[in-house]
Amino acid sequence: MNILQKLSEAIQQGDDRLAASATQKAIEQQLQAAEILNNGLIAGMDIIGQRFRDMEIFLPDVLMAARAMHAGMDVLKPLLLQAGVESRGKIILGTVKGDLHDIGKNLVAIMLKGAGFEIFDLGVDVEAGRFIDAAVKEKASIIGLSALLTTTMPAMKEIIDLLKERGLSDQIKIIVGGAPLSQESANTMGANSYAKDAASAVETIKAMMV
Amino acid sequence: MKPTLHFLSDSLAQQIIDEAFHTLCTLGIEIQDNTLLSLLAERGATVKKESSRVIFTEDIINNALKDVPSTFCLYDIHGHQTHDFSHANVHFTPGSSALHITDKEGIKRKPMTADYIQYVKLMTRMDHIASQSTAFVPDDVNEQIADSYRLYLSLMFGSKPVVTGTFSEKSFDIMKSMQIVIRGSEVALAEKPLTIFTCCPNTPFKWTDETITVLTACAKASIPIELVSVPMTGFISPVTLAGTLILHTVENLSGLILSQIVNPGTPVLYGGCASVYDMRHSTMSMGAVESMMLACGSAQIGQTLGLPTQAYIALSDSAHLDAQAGMETGMGAVMAATAGISNISGPGIHDFLNSFSLEKLILDNESCAMALRAAKGIEPKEDFPAIPLFEELLKETHLLISDHTRRHFKKEILFPGPVIDRSNSLTRTASPPTLMERAHSEVRRHLHAYEAPALAEDKRQELMRLMKAEAARHGQEHLPNFSDTE
Repeated sequence: MNILQKLSEAIQQGDDRLAASATQKAIEQQLQAAEILNNGLIAGMDIIGQRFRDMEIFLPDVLMAARAMHAGMDVLKPLLLQAGVESRGKIILGTVKGDLHDIGKNLVAIMLKGAGFEIFDLGVDVEAGRFIDAAVKEKASIIGLSALLTTTMPAMKEIIDLLKERGLSDQIKIIVGGAPLSQESANTMGANSYAKDAASAVETIKAMMV
Repeated sequence: MKPTLHFLSDSLAQQIIDEAFHTLCTLGIEIQDNTLLSLLAERGATVKKESSRVIFTEDIINNALKDVPSTFCLYDIHGHQTHDFSHANVHFTPGSSALHITDKEGIKRKPMTADYIQYVKLMTRMDHIASQSTAFVPDDVNEQIADSYRLYLSLMFGSKPVVTGTFSEKSFDIMKSMQIVIRGSEVALAEKPLTIFTCCPNTPFKWTDETITVLTACAKASIPIELVSVPMTGFISPVTLAGTLILHTVENLSGLILSQIVNPGTPVLYGGCASVYDMRHSTMSMGAVESMMLACGSAQIGQTLGLPTQAYIALSDSAHLDAQAGMETGMGAVMAATAGISNISGPGIHDFLNSFSLEKLILDNESCAMALRAAKGIEPKEDFPAIPLFEELLKETHLLISDHTRRHFKKEILFPGPVIDRSNSLTRTASPPTLMERAHSEVRRHLHAYEAPALAEDKRQELMRLMKAEAARHGQEHLPNFSDTE
């Protein structure tokens, strides 16, 4: 088993110490930062994501893998910066105005980070304009909106409308999620995508980045 | 602490038993078997030959209760233990003897050999249903071989022990021979029972020569018996639940005495199929709450007598796989499991015991899992003191990757199969799959994943030889071809 396979295994086992040491060994073996990221860390997370979708493993297993991914990323980050390797993409996340629920949104953030995305989490009860301002500032191409309440769902449409008003809807895409939402309601409000849970959010955002 | 559901106070349970003793020693039971009548007379019973009625003595009843084992075990075709009926352990078995099968379109039809084989294959994969039953009667064989043929298919394609039955001595003989093929000898079969035979008195207060023949044959071979009195409230038993339980106790005790007189130590499940007779619809309602109470109440009587128990419960009257079917089956399963019934007969059956559904079996397997989980109760596991974990929760804002969570979540929380709708993906699509569609998908998945139990080829050949000879004896030269089963 080569070092990248070992790194992938460490991620799948959710072993953060092993992931960090395997990443360090890969660096010592003069492997390229992009290769370590894609064929070690992200490869392991991809397997975990598939096994979760297939209902072979449980959410704690995914989150442990994400934690191991972070441990590897902490070791790899200086090399990535030095090599100019970019993240998979920048995502603005937040719970919309009037809604204080953040458990689902936090899970999405953890899993997106685990999948190699750069996350800017604006927290809860976020004004419409802040999402767009943050996306412009960070040059993010996707905004993820979360809501738990049917009463706060209209705030999602306000953000989508504001994005159109500012003429940014071609550059910045909107993905929505949360308990009261469905594909149908996402379509109605004009969102680009909908994710039913944290795992599918990762897959949907990967597809949106293509 | 295991939760325990009781419908009878200790004093009422004892009063019912005392009244049953009094009835046996005063009114007695009709027994259409001269050998047994003689044996009972030798032991001090009063036998009225003209009516075949036996008036028992308390000594006869108490001696039988001393002789009957307080527990026993069952073993699969490989000889591995699958059931231990001690300590109020709970097991599920499918309901039995339906004459129809309900297909995935909800249409009832006569079942064929192919349906039965699919059922047996499914049963190898139902983790929460410990034994097979001879669940329904294939219509493509001579009805005189239907009992032995069902056991034959169960042994050829399945591995779990079988709850079965028959009304003919010749049929019993062939069914015993099949079991001896599996075990190697009659002694080995007695040491490791493979089947339980259902034996029903003819309510009220009678054992006919047909029903007693098999009870006697089982006892002689030390094959376990489940005694299943079948009273119906207000029709062939008192309309009151306590009154029906007295009659039920009288009939079950009579069967217990007969089994122990033939062969002391014969393993017995104190069973029952007491039901409400619905006087609006003239139906025997097994889904009625009072039928479930009678099942639990009769089991409590059995437990008071120190016996392992059985009951028909966790089934439904509904003609369809619908909300009523789920409600009646699930409710019965939880009641039966928390009442500590040793062998619960019901899953898969619906439509007043008339029809069996493979899709319902899949759903019921989940009901059984939930009931078994409920019966385990709530036990502390690293929960005291609580503050360290609460501090972790406040610090991390969730406990999803806490060591405590990861140590316990798979054992503490039951994760049902895909037939149970807990996933957003099912409810958020334009046309989510129905319960029947989900269940049928699981039927297909399990059948695809079926692996035949490793039964030695010489045993398979001997079982086939026995079955073919039995079929030929009843004029059926050819048995249905197994290759038609998929």
